[in-house]
Amino acid sequence: MALLQIAEPGQSAAPHKHKLAAGIDLGTTNSLVAAVRSGQASTLKNTAGIDMIPSVVRYGPDKTQVGHEAVAAAVADASNTIFSIKRLMGKGYTETLPLAELLSYQLVDQDGMAAVATREGVKNPVEISAEILATLADTASQVLGGELNGVVITVPAYFDDAQRQATKDAAKLAGLNVLRLLNEPTAAALAYGLDSGQEGVIAVYDLGGGTFDISILRLKRGVFEVLATGGDSALGGDDFDQAIVGWLQQKSGQQQLSHSARRQYLTVARQLKEQLSADTTASYDFSADQQQFSGSLSRAEFEQLCHALVKKTLRSCRQALRDAAITPDDVASVVMVGGSTRVPLVREQVAQFFVTDPLTSIDPDKVVAIGAAIQANVLVGNKAEHETLLLDVIPLSLGLETMGGLTEKIIPRNTVIPVARAQEFTTFKDGQTAMAIHVLQGERELVEDCRSLARFELRGIPPMPAGGAHIRVTFQVDADGLLSVSAEEKSSGVAAGIQVKPSYGLTDDQVANMISGSMQHARQDMQRRLLREQQVEADRVLEAVGTALNTDANLLSEDELTQIKRALASLAQVRQQEDTAAIKTAIEHTNILTDDFAALRMDKSIRLALQGHKVDEV
Amino acid sequence: MNYFQLFDLPATFELDLTELGSRYLALQRQFHPDNFAAASNRDRLMSVQQTANINDAYHSLKQPLLRAEHLLALRGLKISHEQRSFTDPVFLMQQMELREQLEDISSSNDPDAAIMAVEQQLQQHRKGLLRQLAAAIAANMPDQNQQAAELVRKLKFFFKLQHELELIEQKIQD
Repeated sequence: MALLQIAEPGQSAAPHKHKLAAGIDLGTTNSLVAAVRSGQASTLKNTAGIDMIPSVVRYGPDKTQVGHEAVAAAVADASNTIFSIKRLMGKGYTETLPLAELLSYQLVDQDGMAAVATREGVKNPVEISAEILATLADTASQVLGGELNGVVITVPAYFDDAQRQATKDAAKLAGLNVLRLLNEPTAAALAYGLDSGQEGVIAVYDLGGGTFDISILRLKRGVFEVLATGGDSALGGDDFDQAIVGWLQQKSGQQQLSHSARRQYLTVARQLKEQLSADTTASYDFSADQQQFSGSLSRAEFEQLCHALVKKTLRSCRQALRDAAITPDDVASVVMVGGSTRVPLVREQVAQFFVTDPLTSIDPDKVVAIGAAIQANVLVGNKAEHETLLLDVIPLSLGLETMGGLTEKIIPRNTVIPVARAQEFTTFKDGQTAMAIHVLQGERELVEDCRSLARFELRGIPPMPAGGAHIRVTFQVDADGLLSVSAEEKSSGVAAGIQVKPSYGLTDDQVANMISGSMQHARQDMQRRLLREQQVEADRVLEAVGTALNTDANLLSEDELTQIKRALASLAQVRQQEDTAAIKTAIEHTNILTDDFAALRMDKSIRLALQGHKVDEV
Repeated sequence: MNYFQLFDLPATFELDLTELGSRYLALQRQFHPDNFAAASNRDRLMSVQQTANINDAYHSLKQPLLRAEHLLALRGLKISHEQRSFTDPVFLMQQMELREQLEDISSSNDPDAAIMAVEQQLQQHRKGLLRQLAAAIAANMPDQNQQAAELVRKLKFFFKLQHELELIEQKIQD
């Protein structure tokens, strides 16, 4: 139980102090950071005057480079320059093998996870993404003039649990406080929604570099409700580029490409694609592997190359509309996100499908970062009252493996999060004390067609006859879409121990080791950081309990009040010193003392919320 | 947990869904984790649990079948996870006939008309059963509660058939 910080309407819970927050769009191809300044959300430029940086990291001979610098060295140092790392986030090594021949760097197997061999040793996607995040956070700190209090990072709505967790781990490694992982389409709608204040059903068509997302949202009286999401986590603008690369290879007759030649082909393909958004024909002239090639590609030819890809996106749109139980004419507006929506064929097809011209007034490359910045500003506490409420859904069903390699769904896709669902299990042998549980994510019936999230082992079940033990396993998905699991044996009340082994992720210990092992965080830094974390937490507890006492001290007996006040005074004192463990203990002590108070306040606030609501009706 | 109490609504089968919806949003506004992004760890955890509860409660009250199950569970009749087979031969016969009709859709000359026909039948059956269910629950006597549980079990079959019909419709459209 916890103490909730509840602000009365029109009165903020804390003395007002502007906090620094940023929204980060960590994209497959490009990344941006944005913030709200003087009430306006805009992207932030680095010292070179650029806001959009390529999501590219190069492990050079003497330093690590991120963004344009890394791209500049890409052709010469292809195997140490990492593009499109987002595609490898939260993926197993064998899953990524089909990608291997498209990548200019060497994939390796790191305990079953995909990682990259560089001259600086093996780097995993979490570490590589952390480099990009740290670079963006530096830009934000410089522009905003201080350390960031928190960030909102966007992820494709279609990202599964492992991919979300990997993104959060990367932020942790970069030393960032994540206020929320926000779905990219939701961020885009937020950017438009707050601007125009319009109501109705909105479709967000997001064709990014590596992923396609379609989200159907409803905006009504300040509530953003995600009705359905769909898409394809392995389809994006990169595939258009690959289609052109394939076409170029046909023209050149070069079937086997060296890493640097592949990079060269890709660069040419991107230029052709971009030029064809404006012109009806584009020409090329380049050399690769000691040969020279030139020619031209017409828009009609290009459209033929990517027609099937666009059709594939529309199939996902149809499915999402079906899930939302609406038809294309119910959609009031369509928001376009991602550089690839500049391709004329995409705009035409989307307009035709939804029978309405898509919105493009905000730069499709920046709209996600801008929405994230708006949400970050709200979440960090710079706004006294929340104008918008964001009700998100889980993008893929969560299930369990049952007999015969089948999946049983526990939480169906498009269920509003946060959500908790319990499932009961029983033992099938006399005296059985352990049980294995396999958690899956996906829509298909067979286990092998779904994505394995984790394997759990329940231990310490009291020995009973077969069928005697009732183990209640609770699956909880938080607002970021991340899953956690707990278990309890019901008849004995024994909490069964759970051992979690993520199928495609890092354990908490591994993340901690990476943080302490990385060059930037020497041992002393690590300890400072842990101390700082506890101090921040202590401040939050002091503030929350203080506010609660101001409004609701009358719910407590004289004795309880004295005890709580004493605990607060001692916590405030310990917080000033540098003993991490002592601060932690003082926080826990305060938490235990205020548990009942928290429950009372919770009941009171439910009544108040409903009462206020009834007053509204009169 | 009594979901009706959470929303401060009377525990009845007939429910004003608009009212339920706006109460749900009022609670969400108060407890959604986004309100606690900068709060202490414990407060954040509690907010997640509380909103999960609110979501679950709303989900359960919104749909008539789940609402009936919840009401019956409050009266001590738990039927949500039971394994039970039917003994009512008339009902079983009817189910088999409907299932055959479903299977025949894809091979019929006019699949759209066939879908419509089955849909109408299903709707009629559902309506009738729901009406009986409402009456049985309102009576709130031991015998009627048992009868209500039986009606819920039957309705589940009809909702399952409806779902299968939708899948067939999708396949034909694609």
